[in-house]
Amino acid sequence: MEITTRDLMTVLHGMGFGALFMLAFSGAIAGLYRMSAPGAPPMSTREQSLLNFWLIAMVVLSWLTVFSGAYGVYPWYRAVPPAGVTDLSNYPRSLLLSSPRTSEWHSLGMEWKEHVAWLAPIAMTMVAYVTMKYGRAIIQHRNMRISVLAFAVAAFVATGAAGALGAFLNKYAPVRGGQSIVLIQGEQPEGGQTPTQTPGVQPQPAQPKGEQP
Amino acid sequence: MTISQKPVVGQPVEAIPETIPNGPGAAAILAAGIGCAAIGILALAGDASKAINGLLNFYKPSGALSGVTTVAIIIWLAAWFILARRWGNKTVAMSRVNIGAFALLLVGVLLTFPPFMDLLQGK
Repeated sequence: MEITTRDLMTVLHGMGFGALFMLAFSGAIAGLYRMSAPGAPPMSTREQSLLNFWLIAMVVLSWLTVFSGAYGVYPWYRAVPPAGVTDLSNYPRSLLLSSPRTSEWHSLGMEWKEHVAWLAPIAMTMVAYVTMKYGRAIIQHRNMRISVLAFAVAAFVATGAAGALGAFLNKYAPVRGGQSIVLIQGEQPEGGQTPTQTPGVQPQPAQPKGEQP
Repeated sequence: MTISQKPVVGQPVEAIPETIPNGPGAAAILAAGIGCAAIGILALAGDASKAINGLLNFYKPSGALSGVTTVAIIIWLAAWFILARRWGNKTVAMSRVNIGAFALLLVGVLLTFPPFMDLLQGK
């Protein structure tokens, strides 16, 4: 069982940070609503601390998601193939743009995803700050409650759009390649056959020498 | 301001402090809107102008995205700092802040959406 460095980084970006951040929204929105809902029983100090911790974790996850995407995965995605290269499997952007049937996945999908995702950490940082600053006292500020909930929902929608587009892009033009990391050494197949190659990983120098546009 | 609370037996309930001015919260909310709008405006500028795109290319492997996001973060934090200094102990018209923040958030969402960017550029 092996994984390449690029696969590992992509999984960390999408599943490790992004999906975890996305999953945390249900708890955060429920907590934020409960904190300020009319007639709801007041939060205990412990519950308020838990909500604060939850929101801080979300802020950290949101920033990790966008930074790992923009500076970890995206450079591999947009690497330009050297002249003469016909196999574009290691150059996702060029691969998508090479066919009118897939080009919009880049022109619309990636172009939107790469920017809209950044709205989420900005919005969530504000949500966490206001929630921690005001605590239960936020019930005194109806308009502030509305803003906090609206920005939390906007962050959720932005994350959902970016995450869904990322999943589709990974289906049509996955970021592959890099050094292989053997996680578990499997048994030799019966009959002494040679091990098969991991799909998408080229038996070539680990780092494709792509130029940056 | 008196707020009724139902006591929960066995759990310490967070006390509601006296009215806190809404200035610090309003500053954070409006600054978040400004940051979101900055992302959209810079993304559009980078898409529309090759010269601006080149200026925003802070880190070559990531292209203009590095500049768009870095500048937007600086604008967001600077706006937050300035607004927090001005509104720190004040009570401001929160409904107007909300309208402004939502409008700026909408600008951010729309200007990052490629079909809308293309529409504005007449593509």
